[in-house]
Amino acid sequence: MSEDDERQQSPPSDLEFVSNKARNCNATGSGSGHPEFQSTYPDQVLENVLENVLHFLTSRRDRNAASLVCKSWYRVEALTRSELFIGNCYAVSPGRATARFTRVKALHLKGKPRFADFNLMPPDWGAHFNPWALAMAKAYPWLEKVHLKRMSVTDDDLATLAELFLGFKELVLVCCDGFGTSGLAIFVSKCRQLKVLDLIESEVSDDETDWISCFPEGESNLESLIFDCVECHINFEALDRLVARSPSLKKLKLNRYVSIGQLYRLMVRAPQLTHLGTGSFSPSDIAGQGDQEPDYVAAFAACRSLVCLSGFREIIPDYLPAIYPVCANLTSLNFSYANITAEQLKPIISKCHKLQTFWVLDSICDEGLQAVAATCKDLRELRVFPVDPREDNDGPVSEVGLQAISEGCRKLQSILYFCQRMTNAAVIAMSKNCPDLVVFRLCIMGRHRPDPVTSEPMDDGFGAIVMNCKKLTRLAVSGLLTDKAFDYIGRHGKLVRTLSVAFAGDSDMALKYVLEGCPQLQKLEIRDSPFGDAALRSGLHHYYNMRFLWMSSCRLTRHGCQEIARAMPRLVVEVIRSADEEEMDDVVGTLYMYRSLEGPRTDAPKFVTIL
Amino acid sequence: IKEQEETEAKAIQIGSKDRSKKRVEASCFVSMEVGRKMANMLGTDHDLNFKETELCLGLPGGIAVVAAGNETESSSSPKTNGKRGFSETVDLKLNLQSKESTMDLNKNLDDNGSKEKSGSAKDPAKPPAKAQVVGWPPVRSYRKNIMANQKNSSEESGNSGAALVKVSMDGAPYLRKVDLKMYKSYQELSDALAKMFSSFTMGNYGPQGMIDFMNESKLMDLLNSSDYVPSYEDKDGDWMLVGDVPWQ
Repeated sequence: MSEDDERQQSPPSDLEFVSNKARNCNATGSGSGHPEFQSTYPDQVLENVLENVLHFLTSRRDRNAASLVCKSWYRVEALTRSELFIGNCYAVSPGRATARFTRVKALHLKGKPRFADFNLMPPDWGAHFNPWALAMAKAYPWLEKVHLKRMSVTDDDLATLAELFLGFKELVLVCCDGFGTSGLAIFVSKCRQLKVLDLIESEVSDDETDWISCFPEGESNLESLIFDCVECHINFEALDRLVARSPSLKKLKLNRYVSIGQLYRLMVRAPQLTHLGTGSFSPSDIAGQGDQEPDYVAAFAACRSLVCLSGFREIIPDYLPAIYPVCANLTSLNFSYANITAEQLKPIISKCHKLQTFWVLDSICDEGLQAVAATCKDLRELRVFPVDPREDNDGPVSEVGLQAISEGCRKLQSILYFCQRMTNAAVIAMSKNCPDLVVFRLCIMGRHRPDPVTSEPMDDGFGAIVMNCKKLTRLAVSGLLTDKAFDYIGRHGKLVRTLSVAFAGDSDMALKYVLEGCPQLQKLEIRDSPFGDAALRSGLHHYYNMRFLWMSSCRLTRHGCQEIARAMPRLVVEVIRSADEEEMDDVVGTLYMYRSLEGPRTDAPKFVTIL
Repeated sequence: IKEQEETEAKAIQIGSKDRSKKRVEASCFVSMEVGRKMANMLGTDHDLNFKETELCLGLPGGIAVVAAGNETESSSSPKTNGKRGFSETVDLKLNLQSKESTMDLNKNLDDNGSKEKSGSAKDPAKPPAKAQVVGWPPVRSYRKNIMANQKNSSEESGNSGAALVKVSMDGAPYLRKVDLKMYKSYQELSDALAKMFSSFTMGNYGPQGMIDFMNESKLMDLLNSSDYVPSYEDKDGDWMLVGDVPWQ
C-alpha cells in the first residue's frame, strides 16, 4: 500500500463512471454495478486484459495512480500487485494490507524514522516485525521476499520466515536489530530455497552459534550472502565449503573476522563474483608468516566480473595494490572503513575510470578528492565520512575538496559530505557544475558555523542548490542558517521530498516557508531548531501528504501538538520522552507524527504518549 | 562520654564527606546534634578536624563557635563570638536544602532547553566548545563503533604505534615492556633485555644470591658464550630457539 492512497479506502464513487471499458457489474460481488450492461462476457474479457496489462506495471507510484481510476481498476490492481511497499509500518495494519492485496510475493517494510540511527530515540520504541510475519504467514504462504529497514526482528520471526514460507528466497535486513546468530542459524537451516541473505548495517547479537555451518548440505542456490555487519567470529571452513557449493553466488560480503588469507581462498573458489566485501583485508597474525604470501593480485585478476568492491575493515595499506587488476572495471568502491591517505588512494583511484559510486573516509583529505575528481568522470554518488566525528576546528576535507569534485565530476547525482568547514562559494559552484544533483547532503560538523571566508551564514550556498539543481529531491542542511535559507527552499525546492534540518533557522518563519512552499515534501526531520507551535500549525494542509514529521528539541508544547492531533484525526501524534523528562511537562522533547489508517498503535512503550 | 563523642564526630565526618545525597542529611544531623550537644562535642576531641568535614554550612568553624564559652580549636571562623541557637542551625539547614533544590531546578531547566548535553536551541550563536552532543554529527552509531574499534585495535596491535610486549624474568620483582619495533634483530632485542634486567643487580633486589649471576658484564659474557643459547617461549607454551623464525 503506498503513501499516496493510504488515506482512501476506495476511490470516490464519481470515478466509477469515468471509463466505459472498466465498467464491471457484479462479477466479483463488489456491489453497485451499472444495469446497462447485462452481459458479463465483454467485461470479463476487459478485466482479464486489464489484469494482464497491469502485471507489467511495476512502479508502485504508477500502480497507485492506476488504482484510483475506478473500483474495477482498484480491484484488479490489488490482485496484480506482487511487490508491496509500506514506507511506515504503522501507517497501515497487517490485516488491512493483506485484505486488500491478496497475491503478494514480496514485502518491503520500513519502521523507525532515520533519526533513530543517531540515538535520538530510546530503544524499544517499536517497529516490530512480528505482527507482520504472522499476518503474512496466513495471507501469503507463497511469499518469497522480505526487505526490512529499521525494524525490530526477533529470532522467532526468522524462524517463522523459514518455517512457514516454503518457497522463501530472499531476506534483506537493513539497519535492523533484535536478532542474533541463533536466529540466523534456524533461518538458514530451514530455508532450503534461499537465494539472498543480506544483512546490512544491522545489529546482530553474538549468541555464539555457528550459523554458517547451518546451511544445508548439497548444492545451494545462494546468489548473495552479505554479512559484513555481523560482529562475530565465523567458522571459516564451513564458509569455504558453502562458497564451494554455491555456483550461483555473485555477491559475497565478508565481515572483519575474515583475514586476507582466507579471502584469497574464497576468491579462488568464486571468481564469478560481481560484488565483493573483502573483510578485514589484513592478515590474521601480525607476526610474519613463515610461508609465502598467496598471490593476491592473481586472485583479483581472476575475478573478471567484479564491479563492486567494499570491506577493508582493518586494512593494511601494503596490500592495496592487490586490487589493481579490478580497478578498471569497478563501478562501485567503498573505502569508508579504510583509514587511508591521499598517497595510498591515488594509485588506486587513478585506475578507476568507470567508477560511479565512491564511499570514502575524509582521511584522504582534499588532495585525495582532487585525485578522484581528476579520474572519475562518471561519478554519480560520493559519500565522504569523517574518521573522527567530532566538532573540531580542523578537518582534513573542506571546500577545496568539494570544489574539485564539482569541477571534475559533472554527472554527480548524489553527495553526502562531512566536513569541518565549507564556503558558500564552493556550494554555489557545485550547484552550477552539477545540475543533475538529486541528493545533496552537506554536514558541516561544527554547529552554527558560518562561511569561514565571508563570515556569512550558509544561506546563499543552499539557496543556490535549490535554485540550480532542478531535480533535487533530497536535501540536508547544516552550518549557520537563517530563515532566509528556508525561504529559498520553500520557493525553489519544488521537488524536495526529504529534508533534514539541524541547529538551523531563527524563527517559526523558517518552518513555515518549507511547509507552505514544498508540495512534494514527504519526510521532514528537524532537531534542535527554534520552531514552535505556530510553525507546526502552518503545515496542517499538508500533513496527510507526508510520510512523517520529526521534531526533536525544538520549541513545541504539548498543547500545541494536541491541537494538531485534534485537527487531524488520521494523524498519529507521538510525543516521545527521554529518560529524564517528567510526564507532566508541557514542553515536548520529541514529536514524531505520521499519517495512519489505524489510529494510535497498541504497542507503544511507556515513554511514548499518543495525543 | 568520650567514646560517644568520638563516634558522633566520626558520624559527622562520614556523613558530611558523602557530598552527593547525604549532604542534607548530614547537615540535619549535624545541626541538630550541634544544637543539642554543643558543649560536649566541641573542643574536646582533636581529631574532629572540622575543616575536613566540609559541611558547607556556610560558616566554616562556625559550629565551634556555639560552644558557649568553651575553648575551641577551630580558628578559621571569622565570627568567633555569639551563640547560635537551634533556630539558626535550622535556618542553615533549610538554606542548604533550598540551595540544593534550586540547583537541581536549574539543571532541569537546562536539560529541558537543551536536551541532555545538546546545544541549546535558545542560544544559537554560542555552541558549547567541544561538548559532545547526542547524535551529532549524524554518523550512525554502527559506523562510529567500527571506527572506534579500529582505533583501539590499531593501538593494540601496533599498526600505528609500538608493538609492546611484556617481558618477565624469573625472580625479578616486576615485569618490563619492550617495543619490538625498536629492534631490528634478535641480537638487538637480546642485548636490550639484558640491559633492562641487569638493573636488578643494583640495589636491594635479589638477596637470594641472584646478584652475582645478574651482574651485567658477567651476563653479557654468558650470553655471548657458547654455553648458553637464547631461547623463548612461544604462544603455544613451547621453548623455541631464537633465530629459527626470521625477525620480520
